[in-house]
Amino acid sequence: MEENLITLTIDGIEVKAPKGTTVLEAARKVGIDIPTLCFLKEINEVGDCRICIVEIEGRRGFATSCVQTIEEGMVVHTNTKEVQDARRTVLDLILSNHVKECLTCSRSGNCELQNLCEKFNIQTIEYEGEMTKHEIDDKSPSIVRDFNKCILCRRCVSTCKKVQEIGAIDCTGRGFESCVSTTYDNSLNEVDCTFCGQCIESCPTGALHEKENINDVILKLKDPDVYTVVQTAPAVRVALGEEFGFPIGTNVKGKMVTSLRRLGFDKVFDTNTGADFTIMEEANEFVERFTKNECLPMITSCSPGWVRFAEKNYGDLLNHLSSCKSPHQMFGAVIKSYFAEKYGIDKNKICVVSIMPCVAKKYEATRPEMEVDGVRDVDYVLTTRELARLIKQENIDFNTLEDSNFDDPMGEASGAGAIFGTTGGVMEAAIRTAVDTLENKSIDRLEYHEVRGEKGIKETSLNINGTEIRIAVASGLANARKLMDQIRRGESPYHFIEIMACPGGCVTGGGQPIKSSKIRAEVDVRKLRADALYDIDEKSTVRKSHENPAIKEIYGSYLQKPGSELAEKLLHTHYTPKEKYEI
Amino acid sequence: MKTIEEIEKIRSEKRQELDLRVNVNSSSIERHILVCHGTGCTSSKSPKIIENLRRIIEERNIPNIRVIQTGCFGLCAKGPIVIIRPEETFYAHVKPEDCEDIINSMCDGTRVERLLCKDIDGTIVQKLDELSFYKKQKRIALKNCGIIDPENIDEYIAFDGYKALEKVLTSMSPDDVINVISASGLRGRGGAGFPTGKKWTFCKNEVADQKYIVCNADEGDPGAFMDRSILEGDPHSVLEAMSIAGYAIGANQGYIYVRAEYPIAVQRLKIAIKQAREYGLLGDNIFGTGHKFDIEIRLGAGAFVCGEETALLESVEGKRGQPRLKPPYPASKGLFGKPTVINNVETLANITKIILNGAEWYSSIGTETSKGTKVFALGGNVNNVGLVEVPMGTTLREIVFDIGGGIPNGREFKAAQTGGPSGGCIPAEHLDTPIDYESLAAIGSMMGSGGLIVMDDTKCMVNLAKFYLEFTVKESCGKCTPCRIGTKRMLEILEKLCNGKGTEYDIYKLEKLAINIKKASVCGLGQSAPNPVLSTLNYFREEYLKHAVDKVCDTHECKAITKITIDEEKCRSCGLCQKACPVSAIEGEARDKRKINQDKCIKCGTCIATCPFKAIG
Repeated sequence: MEENLITLTIDGIEVKAPKGTTVLEAARKVGIDIPTLCFLKEINEVGDCRICIVEIEGRRGFATSCVQTIEEGMVVHTNTKEVQDARRTVLDLILSNHVKECLTCSRSGNCELQNLCEKFNIQTIEYEGEMTKHEIDDKSPSIVRDFNKCILCRRCVSTCKKVQEIGAIDCTGRGFESCVSTTYDNSLNEVDCTFCGQCIESCPTGALHEKENINDVILKLKDPDVYTVVQTAPAVRVALGEEFGFPIGTNVKGKMVTSLRRLGFDKVFDTNTGADFTIMEEANEFVERFTKNECLPMITSCSPGWVRFAEKNYGDLLNHLSSCKSPHQMFGAVIKSYFAEKYGIDKNKICVVSIMPCVAKKYEATRPEMEVDGVRDVDYVLTTRELARLIKQENIDFNTLEDSNFDDPMGEASGAGAIFGTTGGVMEAAIRTAVDTLENKSIDRLEYHEVRGEKGIKETSLNINGTEIRIAVASGLANARKLMDQIRRGESPYHFIEIMACPGGCVTGGGQPIKSSKIRAEVDVRKLRADALYDIDEKSTVRKSHENPAIKEIYGSYLQKPGSELAEKLLHTHYTPKEKYEI
Repeated sequence: MKTIEEIEKIRSEKRQELDLRVNVNSSSIERHILVCHGTGCTSSKSPKIIENLRRIIEERNIPNIRVIQTGCFGLCAKGPIVIIRPEETFYAHVKPEDCEDIINSMCDGTRVERLLCKDIDGTIVQKLDELSFYKKQKRIALKNCGIIDPENIDEYIAFDGYKALEKVLTSMSPDDVINVISASGLRGRGGAGFPTGKKWTFCKNEVADQKYIVCNADEGDPGAFMDRSILEGDPHSVLEAMSIAGYAIGANQGYIYVRAEYPIAVQRLKIAIKQAREYGLLGDNIFGTGHKFDIEIRLGAGAFVCGEETALLESVEGKRGQPRLKPPYPASKGLFGKPTVINNVETLANITKIILNGAEWYSSIGTETSKGTKVFALGGNVNNVGLVEVPMGTTLREIVFDIGGGIPNGREFKAAQTGGPSGGCIPAEHLDTPIDYESLAAIGSMMGSGGLIVMDDTKCMVNLAKFYLEFTVKESCGKCTPCRIGTKRMLEILEKLCNGKGTEYDIYKLEKLAINIKKASVCGLGQSAPNPVLSTLNYFREEYLKHAVDKVCDTHECKAITKITIDEEKCRSCGLCQKACPVSAIEGEARDKRKINQDKCIKCGTCIATCPFKAIG
């Protein structure tokens, strides 16, 4: 092992690291923190911003430590006066063309540029001059682009192009006029953007953020005539705490529920129950299609970014998508029907707010299909980040709150519903129910580790009564494209496919707390949050959706059975092929 | 598809026929009227001259006079140029209506005296080689320019064309070829001066299923036209060299990246490629040796940054033209991720000559570190504006004064700018520096691709730096912060200084910014963009200080801080200035000494030019 290591000197310290290690990584190993800005591990390694430059003896000019790999005997200086001067100049230049509205910026306190200013002890900005001016694009229901805050690191561009393989945004213009833009400079609304929001997660500043609905929700909360119901997606509870200083992956369900109640919501429900509805319908739909051998493979439809992607790119294959609405939409429809009827509340006076780890859900809630008899399923969607802001804004001391539980009658969800929040979770939950249905008995096996984990595409097969069911799980749209192309070519071996737009699934969705490049380089955020969900599942008394008592009750007394006429009306939807560019 | 023997036959026959082109004593009964069909002369109607000459010859059915379109003769200041060979009669500033006289005189055995070119000292030049412009030049890269018809492959073959390729393919191993190029000491003419042999060696040593040769013809420096002239005048020399390079490194495909603003060059390249393919000099099994090589043209949209080799590769691949991080260098990971040699046009134009004449011959020319010749596009305040090729080690003084004929209008030499927007300004004190890669770098400039702009004492150095920064700001690709925002901020400071709004602290900021942009930028463009600022700050700091502290621009180029005054001692009260002033800003009557009303003065300088006593300034 020892002989495979490369030895170099950084600031006089001897460092040993494996071949392929970058100077940045090697330096961080020994406690030398080289600042970075455009660097996003494995996604944006382009060396554009020039903040991480270092001096390497014998080299002309400065090297870019984020991409420069180490070499035997290399002598690196990261903190010479010249290096510091050059970095400082680079930061000064970035600041000279950045709208410094930190006081009113949603990223204040979690901004990599702001952090650098602190690190560099910036008190005055040496250079000033003309600034590029751009109109803010807030036409989409999900994402706002404020290019005036963009520092052209292109982390968003690489994420969209390389991770998601969409390429809805790219650099246009030249020199000082360069900017990140869309086709014909149109709104994200009108181009091939899927609203997955991964660009927001990668943005170091406030140039990209969700379309905020906090004020809309506050108005409803303060209105005594409105009956407010909130529901929270599984992935929110394992990430929200991060906004209040809890370690990544802490399950703060109890405090979250208490805070929502304090905010004034009349009912606090769990979208995990919605997920249980989805499984009931989806498993039933799959069993039906599988037995009839129709429109296989069937593909899940919980992820609105994925659905929009499919509509824009695979209009010819939409019949493969499950007709199930996503869990929060189903739940919204149930709240405004079953719940409203049962408790005698005027459904028109109910305002359903979904707390989601996702910005595409905001778009999904506005889709014309998402209503029953003219009543919208869900009225507003807030991201995990927005909820944190709302809690702070309403002067709730989150960290000291007592835990409390979701409201009945739909407060208790199955463990299957919880794991919906991570890649493979929907599939695992569906299998638990589908297998029981196909075998017509309760099967002991609960965990399907083949569909867990970080791999972009996971596959496995199940043997049910001698019949093989081939399954695939994809997260990230680049992976989705691979599976879809396979179907289009007629070569897909699968019967059932789960697709989530965001790599890793909802735990790392576009509405989740934003982690800095440094944290993302050092910690597997997805795994920590996903593990917390699997932990919830493991500790649940009910781990199969169809065994959830609330589900049984509602099907028994109201929906009758999965796929019933009422279930179709409330819980199912349809898709339409969409132009890639709606111009 | 022609065999070696067939090509040789064309060569010997055609060479005989074209002897008059290079032999003033040729016994040929033919006479050739060579008309420059380069971009410069073309824009002043040389195609019409060709048309007229041909028409007259045809109408009168005159035997043994042929009209040939050629590439650039170099002395663009005298264009359109017509040369009659073998006698080497050199006609300058020819107009389409002069054609009748030219033909008549040829029939009479006389010369059209009024079209004969005047040298700088005023003497009438009877023959081309009497011109002082050509005396200190040595043409290697430009050897065929102005001699052959670039659209006729046989003419190229006549002058040893495709002989180097034949030699390489039939008697040399790839290593032999690289050894010769290495030993010749040839360095990249695109500006950086990287040893060509070394570049080829790196690429040859890479193991890959596919390699590429790319010719960088994206000449972008303002005022530079060396590469364009080579492509317009001798396109086959580049094609042949690319094929040789392909053989040396193991590549069978070449690309020429040329800017679309060079339509004549593009057209000539297309014709040359077509002709070479027809003769089997491009394609499979060249000369029956199994060597396979073909070339495609890729048009650039004229972005300066695409001259940077990795940005060029991106552009060829159809992507946004912006540089890649190096390493990996193109020799290991270049076009489409394959090992690639990228050579500039002028570099390639030297290859065939080195192969045929040997490394020793080539390395005997030039200085210790820089071998061979360099082509410069000489422009600005110099009499003989044009294209010159001189041995490395020639001094700036020789180029500007002996070849260039000095500064017009009796003005003084102030500075020469080499290397375009990436280069620096060289003041008079360094006029005797022998030019090579190292010496230019040592005095704060660079060889660059060969732009050489001469400036007289009417030029403001702060304003000049501003001009170059305007260019860089426009041409920065926007990839890295220092270049994208830094050049803009430098320009803003220069604008402040030129407008009299700057302070001494601005000069400090400017210098600091320049130094850091140089160090922190990704590619050559950003790393060299501050050079015009740094070199003028170095040699003309006083001028900056005058702008910043005194708010005065002595050259009157910066209008905002120009104050034109009349020296009372010198003024003779003639009143001519008063009459000439377009805004009636000059006051005074009859015998009064005239005074300029500064509120009205628009600093146009008309009075300065009008005053017979040089009292105004």
